[in-house]
Parts: sequence; structure tokens; C-alpha cells
Amino acid sequence: MSLYAELTGSIGSIGYGLAAIGPGIGIGIIFGQGVQAIARQPEAYGVIRQNMLLGFALAEALALIGFVVPFVFGA
Amino acid sequence: MISTTAGYISASGGVDCHLNSGCGFPAPGAEIFLFEDIFTVQLASLEFGFSKVTVLLLLGVVLIVGFFSYAFRKPQLVPRGAQNLGEVGYVFIRDGIVRETIGKGGEKFVPFLFSFFFFVWILNFFGILPGAQLPATSIFAIPVAFALIVYFTWVPLGMIKQGPIGFFKNMMFPPGVPKPMYVLLAPIELISNILVRPFTHAVRLFANMFAGHLLLATFSIAAFYLISASVIGILGSVASFAVTVALTGFEAFIQALQAYIFTLLAAVYIGSALHAEH
Repeated sequence: MSLYAELTGSIGSIGYGLAAIGPGIGIGIIFGQGVQAIARQPEAYGVIRQNMLLGFALAEALALIGFVVPFVFGA
Repeated sequence: MISTTAGYISASGGVDCHLNSGCGFPAPGAEIFLFEDIFTVQLASLEFGFSKVTVLLLLGVVLIVGFFSYAFRKPQLVPRGAQNLGEVGYVFIRDGIVRETIGKGGEKFVPFLFSFFFFVWILNFFGILPGAQLPATSIFAIPVAFALIVYFTWVPLGMIKQGPIGFFKNMMFPPGVPKPMYVLLAPIELISNILVRPFTHAVRLFANMFAGHLLLATFSIAAFYLISASVIGILGSVASFAVTVALTGFEAFIQALQAYIFTLLAAVYIGSALHAEH
């Protein structure tokens, strides 16, 4: 099998960049909608904030796994 | 290149390496989280090593136990001083986390979550405490141990409260979904609850603290590295130092937030074990 293309250097950084796209969009949606919900219903601030942070934590985990994996499986 | 200095391992040329002095930027890597044992205790055939991390862990225990024993040594009806602070923390966990997520039957988990919140917080806080400068939770074994404690709390609890079969049935077959969807949904729910949950629970805390510490280390080293007889160097050094200070404040916020999220997720998991989704 012959080698047609090779990628060298800090590939983990590229991987992290790719892993951050989805969570970035997700966190944007979570906080955008959360702020909107608070603006519409300020008296439900406590519950909304808590669920907002919960959703944020779940979405953020994906980006963080992308950050850690290069250290674990790195050269 | 990694060189060993007194008690810890630091990146190469950390002592006198500046711009224009010929050495490249000594970017910190995962090696700044490696520590040599300060001393070891031999117990029969087992050897216990005490590194900086162990010391911080024990210090955290002492601080938490010490402060709250002091705060609640003679509880007054009208709280003052340390007791006031302790009660604010307790009420925050009870009203802000437990009552909102677990609800009925959650009261007896308040001490568990209370200890978790403050222990995780103080371990995170060591990251910006001068002299310690290492969040103990950035060593993966520690968040893993915490996540396992939570995992082995809510899984048996769910099996007791809902029955071993009911526990898996409620988890894998949430009501209100079209029947054919269960083919897809059941395995996804099983894997995400049983395998992914404890993993992400630990990784979330670990990776946040790891990344934050690495970020602080990078900018501190940059501030030191850029000191040199050039305008660019001095400006860059000052800017890096300012960024380090700003990031320290940001880290203080992240540390509290991550301790809160860790406790909140633990409460959500325990809540899901107590009451099946409906």
C-alpha cells in the first residue's frame, strides 16, 4: 500500500478544533434560549438557570473529551 | 526535554530561558502534572507514596472538617460569624440543588452532596492558592474516585427503589415514545446511563481543571520567557502577566462552577434513581 497523503505536526490541536464545533453551537443555543426564557419569565430564574447550567455541562463534556484525548493518545 | 528539580518535574529550561537567548518557548505539557513522592510509607508489602497531590488532598480534608466543626461547634439559634457562613453553604446545597432536582426524599442526601460540593471546591481552589498552585482535581484519579462514589451510590439506590428489573426498564424504555423507536432508544439509553454517565462525570471536572491549570501555566511561562532587552518582549511580557491575572479570576469562577455542576449532576443522578422518569 502506498502512502498518498500524510499529516504531521500537532494533529491533536486540529482534533480539538473539530471537537469544539458541535459543543460551541450547542452551548450558544443553550445560553441564548436560556436568556430568552429568563427575559420572558424572570420569576422562574432559579429553575431556568439550573437547567441552563445542566445543559451547558452536558454539551461541554464533548469538547473537553476532545481536549483530553490528544494528551492520552498523543505521540 | 524534561528535567527533574526539587520534588517536581518541570519543562526544560524553565530557569533561564528568555526570548533571543536561543531556546524556543518552553511550552508546558502534561508533564507539569507529574510529581515525585515527597516521602513514602511502607506498610507490610504495600508502599504509599505521598506526593504534592496527596498532601493537598489531606489538607483539603483538614480544612473542610476543621472549618465546619468550628462553625457548628456551638450552634446558636441566631447564627453569627462562621456559623452564618456554614449555614449559607448548607442552605445553598439544600434549597438550590437538592430540593430543586431530587425533591421528595432528597433531604437525607444533603450531607453527602454538601461534603462533595465543598471538598471538590477546595480541591479546585488549590489551583489558584499561592503556594499550592495545583488543582488536585486535575489529577485524573481523583475525579474518577469521586465519580465512582456517586455511581455506586445511585445505581444500587435505583435498584432498591425501583427493583432490579424496573430500574433497567424505566431507564431503557421511557414512556411516550413510538414503539419502533425503542429499537434505537433502548441501547442508547443503556450505554449513555451506565457507561457514559460516570465517565463524563469524571472527565468534565478533570478536563476543566487540567485545561485551566495548563492555560495559567502557559501564560505565566510566557510572561517569564518574554522578559528580554526588546520592546516587543517587554510589551508581550506585561500583556501575558495581565492575562495571567485575568485568567486567575476567571479560574476562580470556573472552579466554583465546576464544583456546583459536579454536585448538581450527582443530585440529578440520585434523583433519577429515586423517581423514575414519567
